[in-house]
Amino acid sequence: MSALLSIQGMSHYFGGLKAVSNFTFDVPEGVIYGLIGPNGSGKTTTFNLITGIYTPTEGKVLFEGRDITGQKPFRIVQGGVARTFQNLRIFGNLSVIDNIRVARHFTVKSGLFTSLLRLPSFKQEEEVVREEAMQLIKMMHLEDRAFDQAKNLPYGALRRLEIARALATKPKLVLLDEPAAGMNPKETDDLMGLIRQVRDDFKVTVFLIEHHMKLVMNVCERVKVIDFGETIA
Amino acid sequence: MNIFSFQQLVNGLQLGSIYALIALGYTMVYGIVRLINFAHGDFYMLGAYAAYATFFLFNAYLAHMSTGYGLTFIVLLVAMLAGAAIAMLSNTFAYKPLRYKPKLSSLVTAIGVSMFLEYFFSAFPPIGPSMRGFPEILPRHMYQFGGAEISNYVMIDLLVAAVLMTGLTLLVQKSPLGKAMRAVSQDKDASKLMGIDVEKIISLTFFIGGSFAGAAGLLAGLTYPRINPYMGILPGLKAFISAVLGGIGNIPGAMLGAYIMGLAETIANAYNSLLGEGIAFVILIIVLLVRPTGLLGEKIADKI
Amino acid sequence: MGNFKLPRLLLAGLIFFIIVMILSPDMTGALNGYFMVIIERSLIFVILAISLNLINGITGQFSLGHMGFAAVGAYVSGTFTSIWFKLNPHTLSHYPVFMICIVIGGLGAAVVGFLIGFPSLRLKGDYLAIVTLGFGEIIRTILNNIDYVGGPRGLLGIPMFSKFPIIMLFAFLTVVILRNLVQSSHGRAMLSIRENELASELCGVDTVRYKVMGFVIGAFFAGIAGGLLAHLLTLAHPTQYGFLPSALVLIMVYAGGMGSLTGSVLAAFTLTFLTEGLRVGIDALPEFTIASQTYKIGTEWTMVIYAILLILIMLFKTEGIMGMRESRILIIEEKK
Repeated sequence: MSALLSIQGMSHYFGGLKAVSNFTFDVPEGVIYGLIGPNGSGKTTTFNLITGIYTPTEGKVLFEGRDITGQKPFRIVQGGVARTFQNLRIFGNLSVIDNIRVARHFTVKSGLFTSLLRLPSFKQEEEVVREEAMQLIKMMHLEDRAFDQAKNLPYGALRRLEIARALATKPKLVLLDEPAAGMNPKETDDLMGLIRQVRDDFKVTVFLIEHHMKLVMNVCERVKVIDFGETIA
Repeated sequence: MNIFSFQQLVNGLQLGSIYALIALGYTMVYGIVRLINFAHGDFYMLGAYAAYATFFLFNAYLAHMSTGYGLTFIVLLVAMLAGAAIAMLSNTFAYKPLRYKPKLSSLVTAIGVSMFLEYFFSAFPPIGPSMRGFPEILPRHMYQFGGAEISNYVMIDLLVAAVLMTGLTLLVQKSPLGKAMRAVSQDKDASKLMGIDVEKIISLTFFIGGSFAGAAGLLAGLTYPRINPYMGILPGLKAFISAVLGGIGNIPGAMLGAYIMGLAETIANAYNSLLGEGIAFVILIIVLLVRPTGLLGEKIADKI
Repeated sequence: MGNFKLPRLLLAGLIFFIIVMILSPDMTGALNGYFMVIIERSLIFVILAISLNLINGITGQFSLGHMGFAAVGAYVSGTFTSIWFKLNPHTLSHYPVFMICIVIGGLGAAVVGFLIGFPSLRLKGDYLAIVTLGFGEIIRTILNNIDYVGGPRGLLGIPMFSKFPIIMLFAFLTVVILRNLVQSSHGRAMLSIRENELASELCGVDTVRYKVMGFVIGAFFAGIAGGLLAHLLTLAHPTQYGFLPSALVLIMVYAGGMGSLTGSVLAAFTLTFLTEGLRVGIDALPEFTIASQTYKIGTEWTMVIYAILLILIMLFKTEGIMGMRESRILIIEEKK
């Protein structure tokens, strides 16, 4: 297995505060990879560094062998890295299907004028987007709520919607930031099945951060433990 | 006239003093509730009108009130109180109910308050929309100093600004009230848990900011003796830009920014009047592009 | 396409057009010229309000200088028609040229929108408000100082080309185009920026590009509206495009509902009619005398009422009349 994502000597400081220190690790293609560690140990910062929200103070991020360090987040996403958020960031006033369609928009080739005039090629393409969005919705069991405003969905459904939205960008690597946060044991069990299904059906690599040890130990094939920005296992 | 003369420096500092007093209100309110109080320039206008009205009321009912420093002082206090009162009223009725709504709603409300004050005053018959001359409350004297002509007005402007700014700095740095203000600007919820009456502190901030704007209104009325209900728009905008230049939310920054603005505008104006009108916006665009946090401001990190 | 059905929006537009035409002074004359001008003005404000809604409501940015863009459109198209081409509204063949001039005015505004939008869109809402407000003031100052277009006197003698059918056509096309935009992939990308900019970026949306796009398209249509207004009033004056008219358009957008094109259309009509009604009503009020001074109740009270209206909307109905909803007429049908 080759490394899909390769972090090389990555460090990040906030002012003088060290958030992530000299990280080096590889996420191989096709695995479910877990990153665990206590609060404030730099897990979310790591995700923010990979997805380009922050630029690492030192070190490099390689994705499929390409250096993506310091690229703009949307470029990184378009290149095949998708993520979810620990504290949900749903487009609350948009419908469920539109939430997913947003994430597919950059694959649409219709230019502005084709869209404004609603030419046939545009309609065809929108139809494809719609079909694909509906498939994702079905997979997440959200079909009853597809046209509801997303903010009216229950919490567990929103978590699933965020995963669906990440998958809609057609990623090769999905970063899940505490996917089980706020879930009850039943929901967590379902989530574990879902994560495996995502990996198998979409042929993606999953990289997740979790507190929930049971989930990590059950699902993850590789685990890395960090504490205060230092690797301890 | 030489563009970079001592006279220009004095004129620039004088204008800067007025901007500084307005800018402080913007920056304090922004620092504490993260609101650009659009109506702040109108508090300044209100101060000028309050001073104007006081003078004429005194003249009508206490006919023998003599002009001079005593009257100036009384009128200054009235202008400050008027600015403070209107600032607190707008806070209570327009901004407070929206405190926990999206930030832009308060901004739009502030635009509404600003429009209301401007149009109410121009619609209100005894005031009206037209330009009025501001009375000479204080006889003007000219002094020669270092090749420049300096009037006692210049000294009043500089002195009042200096006294108020020193007072504010002491208040914020040394007093318990100042400590509470700084705490609220850092974290409202934590301050509440520490037993600070957050709304009272916010109200006081508006009070101080409004009183400074009122003082600036009087000084501007004295110095450039014409007033109208829209007089607050441009100085308000320029003072706001000064606050951004210094780093919005930062008190010394607002003072620094305002004096730079006053000097820049005076110099640009001597060069070309179109440039004088536009220099503030040029400064704004440069600051936002080069250093959006301003000269003394710190970066506020968004929590992700 | 077996059973062809006239799209609802086209139908609605046609019905409105036919009714107004029948009532117009040219036909039955049920509406006099004065009323026609108010309807024409309303339609121009429809263009202004929905184009501002694209920037403020759909893309979630904040512009306070929308009339600045309209000024660019007004002056550019006005210069073309009155100074360069010397078009004559009595010559039918000049109308296509006029419409091209209006579009050129729109393009001019779009270019300015790009110049303003590109550097300033790195800023967040409240800063953006100030920059756009400053931009409006700069435009006004510049126009005041260009003698070629009349300086402080304004650009006079613009031919009266803005007839009802032409304004109607432009307003209708604006509604159609912006509706199509909002309900497309590009529009959804813009909406997602309003909802959550960071999440939008992490769905692969080039947020800067879409924000600039929103600004440029909004500016383009504002420029069109400005051009139409100038050719309705036969003049363009710097004071028509200051902060206050911009604030009026802003009130329309907020009253109608941020993000609702339907709301903006309704509010543009309601408030334009209300403005006229108040003006007439206040003018009719008698003068009164206090302490031997005679006072007239001035039309400034209209603006006082609007200011109070804006504050009340924000305090008690922040989401406006329509919220983010659209009338069925403006929704492109999707099978469920």
